[in-house]
Amino acid sequence: MTGSLWGTATRRLLANSGARVSLGIIVTLAMLAVIGPWLNPNRAETLDWSHIAADPGIAHAHWFGTDRLGRDLYVRTLTGARVSMIVGLVASAVSLSIGLMYGAIAGYVGGRTDDVMMRIVEILGGLPLIFFVIFLTVVFGRNEYLLFGSIGAVGWLTLARIVRGQTLSIRRQEYIEAAIASGAGTARIICKHVLPNVIGPVIVYATLTVPQIILLESFLSFLGLGIQEPRASLGTLIAEGAGEMEAAPWILLAPGVFLTTLLVCLNIFGDRLRDAFDAGMRR
Amino acid sequence: MLRYFLKRLGGAIPTLFIIVTVSFLLIRIAPGGPFDQEKSLPPEILANLESAYGLDQPLWVQYARYLRSLLHGDFGPSFRYRDFTVTELIGQGLPVTAEIGITALILALTLGILAGVFAALRQDRPADYTVMTLAVAGIAVPPFVVLPLLGLLFGIRVRWLPVAGWEPGSIRHLILPIVALTLPPLAYVARLTRASFLDVLQRPFIRTAFSMGLPLRIVILRHALRPALIPVAGYLAPAVASIMTGSLVVESIAGLPGVGRYLVQGALNRDYTLVLGMVILYSVVLIGMGLVVDLLYAWLDPRVRFER
Repeated sequence: MTGSLWGTATRRLLANSGARVSLGIIVTLAMLAVIGPWLNPNRAETLDWSHIAADPGIAHAHWFGTDRLGRDLYVRTLTGARVSMIVGLVASAVSLSIGLMYGAIAGYVGGRTDDVMMRIVEILGGLPLIFFVIFLTVVFGRNEYLLFGSIGAVGWLTLARIVRGQTLSIRRQEYIEAAIASGAGTARIICKHVLPNVIGPVIVYATLTVPQIILLESFLSFLGLGIQEPRASLGTLIAEGAGEMEAAPWILLAPGVFLTTLLVCLNIFGDRLRDAFDAGMRR
Repeated sequence: MLRYFLKRLGGAIPTLFIIVTVSFLLIRIAPGGPFDQEKSLPPEILANLESAYGLDQPLWVQYARYLRSLLHGDFGPSFRYRDFTVTELIGQGLPVTAEIGITALILALTLGILAGVFAALRQDRPADYTVMTLAVAGIAVPPFVVLPLLGLLFGIRVRWLPVAGWEPGSIRHLILPIVALTLPPLAYVARLTRASFLDVLQRPFIRTAFSMGLPLRIVILRHALRPALIPVAGYLAPAVASIMTGSLVVESIAGLPGVGRYLVQGALNRDYTLVLGMVILYSVVLIGMGLVVDLLYAWLDPRVRFER
């Protein structure tokens, strides 16, 4: 049954031109971010004193131009994109893990535990959490791992709700009852039986949190709270470019266009994926 | 209705209290203090400064003092802007932030609802696809990317509008920041409205309205719009949050003297009172929006009114 659900959804997804195009662009951008920097002789952190704030072009080796310090923007944009994408994936994984555990426990245990846990999610959802992320990044210094953690810790609320909903829908099924009857403990049932069965649909929803998290990371880096010099992410590059807009607009354009394209495609793909799955599940 | 509202208002106070307490503790746990940047301060002077601001007291005494001054409506003196109190700083910046924020909110709601209804009425036709594709782009692209790009286009290429800067009473300086802040919530409202409008059009009472021979305009305005706006009302608080976080960066890019910069600067400078003042300001606005949403629900959806 699972196989056919995935099969139908995949076919439906690939039949959609928006989904195909956006997926193609995402894959291209990801590959550019991974192998692109090696296609150029420059390195992200070396300064080229003979080309300070150079125009983009193919006359010299700096295809996208250089910044005020003579660092190559092609390589910096792509390595920055790599950082942004990694943060997006890792922080989404953090959100997904927290959301899965939290939602599965609330949904499976039920009763008063469920009420309290979901009430907490509701309260947290009403708070200005972005300010707490800003706080956390200020308080705990500019540590990249904590950045992953604090961003991920904000994104799990919606996922927890979805997991709980899914868990409620399978809680009374026979295989769960069989597990209870054969004496399995709550923790074991949640890990062995509930999680594997809710994870599919939940991952679909999680694809929509990836662009949100990339956005949040860029936002924090833009404010100077995320990735620190000399390393760069798309957010720090855009902040740099926004300051040099008048004299050297290309510093802004490359990371700005990259981030815009990536976010738009991730959103379109996530939407289409969810639509394909929703339609598949109704059958 | 009034009782329900008062109950929600009462529920907001403990929430605010928790926010203040957690923020107070977090910012105090942070290493460093407000007087770190003045290098080689003689220890006597540092001690004097700290005792003048009450920082030499135990933490709980400082917390109790802070809460007491809050109850008197006093946010305390700023640690970094020496001659100003936090109330004065916020009082100076807030009109600018509120002006662009409220304008952005109103624009996002009106244009978003219009675009959503327009797309819904042309469902699955090119106009619908165009609006919805633009909406995805609007949601995906954040203000801190849009604003510099708009500045590049309208400020540097064609020089119609100033890229940055501010003059009292000048609207030209506010146009680009407002546009950048408006786009994401505008796109989201358009999508929400389209989806819920299509949903409402399927309902029996709309079919009845049409079968009574009412013209389209009347059916939309009198019957379909109000129930279709319920999800939009629910999005109001997130919309305000998105505009407020957007204004943190938009004001700094556009060089506007709003309050946005105080949150991050204050946190980095360990300007304890300023940060807490900003957190309280933002929380009060958001919680207040939550209450407004409750009232709107009751107005839009009669079932809510009769339930309680």
